[in-house]
Amino acid sequence: MVKNEHITDEQFNQKVEKDLLSHLVSQKRKGNIFVIILVVILLIGVFAYYRQIRYGLIVTSMRDYTSWGVYISNFVFFVAISLVGSLISSMLKLSKATWSIPLTRISEIIAIAAIFCASIIIIVDMGRPDRFLNVLIHGRIQSPILWDVMIISTYLVISMLLLYISLIPDLALCRDKLTHVSGFRKWFYRVFSVNWKGSPEQYKILHSIITILSIVVLPIAFSIHTVTSWLFSTTWRPGWDSTNLGPYFVSGALMAGAAVIVVAMYFIRNAYNLKEYLTDKIFDKMGKLLVLLSLVYLYFNINEYLGPAFKMVGVEGEHIIELFVGKYAGMYWAVQILGLIMPIIVLSFAWGRKPFIMLIISMLALLGAWVKRFLIVIPSLQHPYLPIQNVDESYRHYVPSWEEWAITFASFAGCLLIITFLLRILPVIPIWEMKKGVEPKPQEV
Amino acid sequence: MKNDKNKQSRRKFFSKAVPAAIGTIGGVGLVAQSCKQAGNSGEKVTLLSQDGTLVEVDQSALPQAPYRPMPPKEAREGIPGKHFVMVVDLARCRNARKCVKACDHHHQLTPDRPFIKVLRMQDNKASAPYWMPKKCFHCDNPPCVKVCPVGATYKRSDGLVLVDNERCIGCRFCMAACPYSARVFNWGEPKNQKMNHPYSPETSTPSQIGTVEKCDFCPDMLRQDKVPHCITACPNGALYFGDKIADSVTNGSETVRLSTLLRDKAAYRYHEELGTEPNVYYLPPVDRAFPFKEAPEGQPS
Repeated sequence: MVKNEHITDEQFNQKVEKDLLSHLVSQKRKGNIFVIILVVILLIGVFAYYRQIRYGLIVTSMRDYTSWGVYISNFVFFVAISLVGSLISSMLKLSKATWSIPLTRISEIIAIAAIFCASIIIIVDMGRPDRFLNVLIHGRIQSPILWDVMIISTYLVISMLLLYISLIPDLALCRDKLTHVSGFRKWFYRVFSVNWKGSPEQYKILHSIITILSIVVLPIAFSIHTVTSWLFSTTWRPGWDSTNLGPYFVSGALMAGAAVIVVAMYFIRNAYNLKEYLTDKIFDKMGKLLVLLSLVYLYFNINEYLGPAFKMVGVEGEHIIELFVGKYAGMYWAVQILGLIMPIIVLSFAWGRKPFIMLIISMLALLGAWVKRFLIVIPSLQHPYLPIQNVDESYRHYVPSWEEWAITFASFAGCLLIITFLLRILPVIPIWEMKKGVEPKPQEV
Repeated sequence: MKNDKNKQSRRKFFSKAVPAAIGTIGGVGLVAQSCKQAGNSGEKVTLLSQDGTLVEVDQSALPQAPYRPMPPKEAREGIPGKHFVMVVDLARCRNARKCVKACDHHHQLTPDRPFIKVLRMQDNKASAPYWMPKKCFHCDNPPCVKVCPVGATYKRSDGLVLVDNERCIGCRFCMAACPYSARVFNWGEPKNQKMNHPYSPETSTPSQIGTVEKCDFCPDMLRQDKVPHCITACPNGALYFGDKIADSVTNGSETVRLSTLLRDKAAYRYHEELGTEPNVYYLPPVDRAFPFKEAPEGQPS
């Protein structure tokens, strides 16, 4: 953050408040066009889902062999994205990286939006969504699906708490400073700032709650993606039947999380004029972090494919051939090179860690993360132990139908809408953590 | 008027007494059946007739209580004292597909989601191809049951793995978990459905949209002391069915000792190393009854 030596803390704090509340005061009309486009995409998805409810999953391209499709891979993607919250506001915070403080709120908002969309998309995949309550009524604790339901709901609650608790001082500020906003927002700030006065005692409680939450969220965040990987690794499918899958999924998720925060940071900084707060230095740091996380993911990638590719046994071998030189080879190598190797190379250099280049690289990494999950879910199902014979040709291939794409894009639109909505009512950067001298120094963790 | 009432109550009594009597006799009959052939059993039953006199009739003259498929709750209990197994003699299969047809007919299936698949197998390039009829293996350590989040698919005491399609949520985890691709899904509204009885997991009919299905070993037939439809449909006697506890299996024309058959013909189970403990055994395709012939082009499944 740009800081002049000769201004006092008081002046500095006033400037911070003014800058960081400005996006809540003057809502840009340009943003409304963005919202309308998202709503239209969402509505098309809702129509596609109506068709799916009416005619059944027959409107998708899934059939008896490829029985999981783009819904499941999209679900895994959203679960992966949701790890961004714990990455920034738990891992970086606990390691006392102060540079990442301006990113905490963005990351928590993205985490909540992503985990919410993941829950929706998994219901969309159900053949009988009307029987969802059976999971509670007849739930069998032995099933990995139950573990997933439990861990996802726990993570959602803790993420919401993490976002909300650290919001309270800022909501109080909004309550006091934003006097010309709509009645709903006035009410919202008043009720949810729960009588925050900013006394040393309140800050003390606040800090201890945040510390507890950021420690608690860590094992939950690891579990959420590890359990998601177990949905696959508890079966005998080639590519899934692997003990490597847990850390492989988690490392991939952390990388995708870092990439998504770079993309979000770039657009928010431009839309809300926050260059002084989301500085080039933060981009540089995030770039280095992304390289580190990509290297970890690369390691688990090699570990995942080398064994089966060396042995080339049976269906595992068929699966490897399909990915390396078969019908998925184009996708596979594009993902590995553009989405993994290239970020490592480009971001290793200082010139590569400039905001715009990082935006492009992070978008590629994100796209790669999405396609990678497609490659994890679908090809494995097409190599069962027993040969696929005497079936309609459509059973052998899987190309998502328009309904599946519409619902998938709607899930992205929905995720962005949630983020946009929250950014319109919440200060995007934690103001109280940016200000100086207004609170007793945080206790040493 | 008084008389009428009397008659009515008598009629009521009769209408209750007869099924009760039939029920009792039915129980006795099942035991008797194993010793005596049906027909004129010679066993007399005393019944109260409509005009109030007691009459003796032959047991075989009584109408049998119609079979009623078990509703989902009762279908969770296995048939006591049984453990069902199937043995497939690969040397006798010539891809006649009569079993598939009988199964499709009985379970009201369309050709796109058969419970039975007859696969052309070839273990390696040097060995000869053979036909492998494949149903659900009704594993004793079933991966599908383990992963089901709602207990819609379950293992019974008699060895059967069944699906309750009134509880299934359609997550398809069981399909991903089954290493034998035994399961089919109702992606759309199931066609060809005749609603001639209420749903039972023991008949797997009627099918429901958005739920999973598979070969059920026809427990409705087993309840009536009969064998599954595929067994009787096979023209070559390739399929044996029976009870592991009684150590006997039959292919419709001959009944043999299970343990002897498995030992003498060196039976194996498909992918034994997965530890699923299937209840379907295969007899290797040696000393074949038919030479192997490729399937005609465009053979329906």
